[in-house]
Amino acid sequence: MEDTLHITSKIRGKVLEMAHKAGVAHLASALSCVDILAVLYWKILKIDPNNPKDPNRDRFILSKGHAAMALYATLAHRGFFQEELLETFGKNGTSFAEHPDTGIAGVEAATGSLGHGLPLGIGMALAARIQQRKYNVYALLSDGECNEGSVWEAAMFAPAHKLENVAVIVDFNKWQATGRSTEILAIEPLADKWKAFGWSVYEVDGHDLNQLFETLTKLPDGSGKPVAIIAHTIKGKGISFMEDDNNWHYKAPNEEELNKAKKELGL
Amino acid sequence: MRNAFAEEVTSLAADDKRIVMLPADIGNRLFDKYKEKFPDRFYNCGVAEADTIGIAAGMALCGLRPIAYTINSFITTRCFEQIRVDVCFNNLPVIIAGVGGGLSYSPLGVTHHSCEDIAIMRVLPNMTVICPGDAFEVRAAIRAALKHKGPIYIRLGKKGEPLVHKEIPDLKIGKGITIVDGKELCLLSTGNMLPTAVNVGEILKSQGISAKVISIHTVKPLDKALLSDIFAGFELVATIEEHSLLGGLGASITEWLDEQQMQKVQKAKLLRFGTRDEFLYKVGEQEYARKYFGLDAETISKKIYRAIK
Repeated sequence: MEDTLHITSKIRGKVLEMAHKAGVAHLASALSCVDILAVLYWKILKIDPNNPKDPNRDRFILSKGHAAMALYATLAHRGFFQEELLETFGKNGTSFAEHPDTGIAGVEAATGSLGHGLPLGIGMALAARIQQRKYNVYALLSDGECNEGSVWEAAMFAPAHKLENVAVIVDFNKWQATGRSTEILAIEPLADKWKAFGWSVYEVDGHDLNQLFETLTKLPDGSGKPVAIIAHTIKGKGISFMEDDNNWHYKAPNEEELNKAKKELGL
Repeated sequence: MRNAFAEEVTSLAADDKRIVMLPADIGNRLFDKYKEKFPDRFYNCGVAEADTIGIAAGMALCGLRPIAYTINSFITTRCFEQIRVDVCFNNLPVIIAGVGGGLSYSPLGVTHHSCEDIAIMRVLPNMTVICPGDAFEVRAAIRAALKHKGPIYIRLGKKGEPLVHKEIPDLKIGKGITIVDGKELCLLSTGNMLPTAVNVGEILKSQGISAKVISIHTVKPLDKALLSDIFAGFELVATIEEHSLLGGLGASITEWLDEQQMQKVQKAKLLRFGTRDEFLYKVGEQEYARKYFGLDAETISKKIYRAIK
């Protein structure tokens, strides 16, 4: 995991730079899921950046599309496109919107409106069954996103069809745009909710690369159920003065803050 | 129309292995034959329209041709954002089929009326909107839709509507079909009003007025070449639809006419027949509801008679 650990710092650094240059929101939401993305893209997903449309590839859907900066930086580092392309982020005419769409190599679905990724993922997982292909589908949701009714529509569908090749990962950073996600709506007990809906549930430290790998590598886990991984995370993870401070949901770092943050990352 | 829809999909699914039926808890017994033949390509998605559309989009992203199916008002207004983002923004070949277009399910009440669906579907980029005029046009529409590369909304009526065609017509998306030839005025009908439009033509004929009747099965894209000819060649054009006057076929033609103003091709006056901007608080059978909105053949023909004489 040493190599992956190194990558997470580079991705976080890139995300900080993008947020700073473009002056855009959602930095802290992007930072909270970097470790999950790194483990998926370097250790779990059967993907080939040179053949991004391979019909047998695993699919990853960033259902929390507002963390697009983290996905873009991940895809660039993983070789789906040249990192220089990210220089257009935040500029007029760019393909790299603040929420991703399928015009970008490696992006499986347009997201940004919450509650869409899991239904899409279930459709992809069913397609594997119909077309007799073997691949897994992973959808990364935010905790705030679990406010959406469509998440729970989908949550009831997958177990009904014993859809074992789909996994939900909830980036449970305990915040949503305007407050504590555990207070705005009653999302707790979140793990129990997914269990009650018929999912095989795991709770992990969403920043522990080994734990993430051990859990993600289990899919399908043999239970005959889809898998839900509740990843406990810290919003703004990796930067001391951003961690668990929800002001960074909307705020972009100035130059001084950027330099300080990069220094903390050892960059 | 719905029986023709189920039969045609069942027939086409034998050769086209990409077809997957995704009903949202509707069509009890309607798809029995389909399910029997293709159990692996049938998923009842439950009373969950948003999820149904998302699943359809996910399948289409993997090369399948899913058909999402339930009552019109639910498969359009309930999950509009999923249609907009998952299907239209991704520009996917998902067929969204709604049963109970317009006032087909009038006695069920306003929740089951669908007089805004054409408006909200046609406003979406990449979307094609087809409203077949009878069961034969339904079959032709599905065949055409499966050859199309983008999102399609098919607006069905209910069951047992009168047939206008004698066989499956040569239906091309975006090309109107002439049903009856005529000289003095032109009736443009979309969807389940086609038999009424034919009746209107017959009533006018008995009064010595020759009316051309065209099925505008595709509301989007409009058959602009046909419209140019018609508006240049007739004194009066009337649109007939079981849909709000806001945003439907008539409205889309007025938008087109507005674009044509500078070219001065227009000769014909336009009369639009549709539902008024109101909910039907006192319900009844479809014929009752049509009369309430002035959408019966007698009322339409009287208004046209007055306009042309």
